Amino acid sequence: MTIKEIQEQIITEFGNFDDWMDRYNHLIDMGKSCPLIDEKYKTKSFLISGCQSRVWLHASMSDGEIIFTADSDAVITKGIVNLLIRVFSKQPADDIIAADIAFIDEIGLNEHLSPTRSNGLMSMIKQMKLYALAFKTKAANQ
Amino acid sequence: MSFDIQKIRSDFPILNRKVYGKPLVYFDNAATTQKPRAVIDRITDYYTNENCNIHRGVHHLSQAATTAFEDTREQIARFINASKKEEIIITKGTTESINLIASSFGRDILQKGDEVLITAMEHHSNLVPWQMLCFEKEASLRVVPFNDKGEIEMSAYKDHINDKTRIIALAHVSNTLGTINPVKEMIQYAHGKNVPVLIDGAQALSHLKVDVSDLDCDFYCFSGHKAYGPMGVGVLYAKEKHLEAMPPYQTGGEMVESVSFFETTFNVLPFKFEAGTPNVEAVLGMGAAIKYLEETGMESIEDYEDDLLAYGTQKLKKIEGVQLYGTACKKTGVLSFLIDNIHPYDAGTIIDKFSIAVRTGHHCAQPVMDRFGIPGTIRASFAMYNTKEEIDQLVEAIHQVKKMFG
Repeated sequence: MTIKEIQEQIITEFGNFDDWMDRYNHLIDMGKSCPLIDEKYKTKSFLISGCQSRVWLHASMSDGEIIFTADSDAVITKGIVNLLIRVFSKQPADDIIAADIAFIDEIGLNEHLSPTRSNGLMSMIKQMKLYALAFKTKAANQ
Repeated sequence: MSFDIQKIRSDFPILNRKVYGKPLVYFDNAATTQKPRAVIDRITDYYTNENCNIHRGVHHLSQAATTAFEDTREQIARFINASKKEEIIITKGTTESINLIASSFGRDILQKGDEVLITAMEHHSNLVPWQMLCFEKEASLRVVPFNDKGEIEMSAYKDHINDKTRIIALAHVSNTLGTINPVKEMIQYAHGKNVPVLIDGAQALSHLKVDVSDLDCDFYCFSGHKAYGPMGVGVLYAKEKHLEAMPPYQTGGEMVESVSFFETTFNVLPFKFEAGTPNVEAVLGMGAAIKYLEETGMESIEDYEDDLLAYGTQKLKKIEGVQLYGTACKKTGVLSFLIDNIHPYDAGTIIDKFSIAVRTGHHCAQPVMDRFGIPGTIRASFAMYNTKEEIDQLVEAIHQVKKMFG
């Protein structure tokens, strides 16, 4: 599936929930199935800076696609990062760099985009795109 | 004086608003308090009828604004029982007041090898300015620890004072734990050793009667916005002898007496420390807030908030898995807690959905979190307009958090 198709799938999925509690319960469930980062990468270099909860993100390249793994000490944050992994993992670098992430707003999670949420989705998305850019540059130089 | 909670709640317009379709429960008062109508009206009235730069013109508006501004200075001096209004310096807030003292007074008295003493419960604002100063002067920053309840033990405090200690900077009330420190006793002991003391009163002014003459502190700092006043304004109280001896902090307009290209002489107190046009509307707003506090009565406020704290503490203690941080015998209305092993960010996100505003995180006091070995807490901090019913709503939200993350 393309990034766009996955986003549409997520929008439909969240469309089934009537209230915030169901939405958050779903996020909490998603946190449980997050592809976990290898313990050895849970270091400062893989930490996305934020003052409330910690998020570690790792990226690797396999057959022209980028594979993300992550973890967080907060469950909601882990659910959110897993949502992003669903969208961005196993995709080509160019698609990740160009991706528009409109689905966040559509599923009612835009409050997590606010810069005051230091855990911000924004820094996770930025970090994922930076990884994609780095792999692309590396590939071009080889 | 009787304490009419309904009347008080009706004085705060924001309490009428709804969040997520439910009435707002505002428990983030240690970050900033809401403003009564009297403060909002005072600011509007200033811009509608009185706006003018102060201390400058001979025209009517300028004189009227200057009088209102200086009357507020006198009112502040009376409120905290300073001996004269010249000891009241208007600043941007507690942070600027502390920076002013660290920069002017601290830089003047501190030599290589000297010590500055703070406590382990200080807000970053009463830690970082001293740390920077110590780096600059090759001096040491020493820290008095607190016990498991969040109290400073006098014996530990005394042990940290020696003949190298040049200044002590202490919170009157901890923003994270709510602990009311025995500052009067601490100041008395420090003065016995000839050490001046700065008190960070940011978390005290809206909860306790503050009397700087009785405390005999050398410096007392607070912010308007944490005591029902506007943002961007605060106070530095300092004993006149220190203010006379200290060099100016910032230079510019108003703080000078005469200026030529060869020499500048500085204005008298308090103007020597007030460079540039001040935040006049906020000063007048702070005056209205102080009037509101005086009319309500500090003792009534203290009694009412003590009752809220006792109720909240008892309710939270009853919930299985809730751990309270900061259980000092003398406390203001702050409940810092964690629920089971649930991350404060997760808990705060869900509590917010109940239209309850609590703070989560380290509350700008990371060393306090390190002391307990936790990433942060959920903090509910009370003000005079909060109620027991609102605490019940928080309890209900906590049960929901337990259900969702349990």
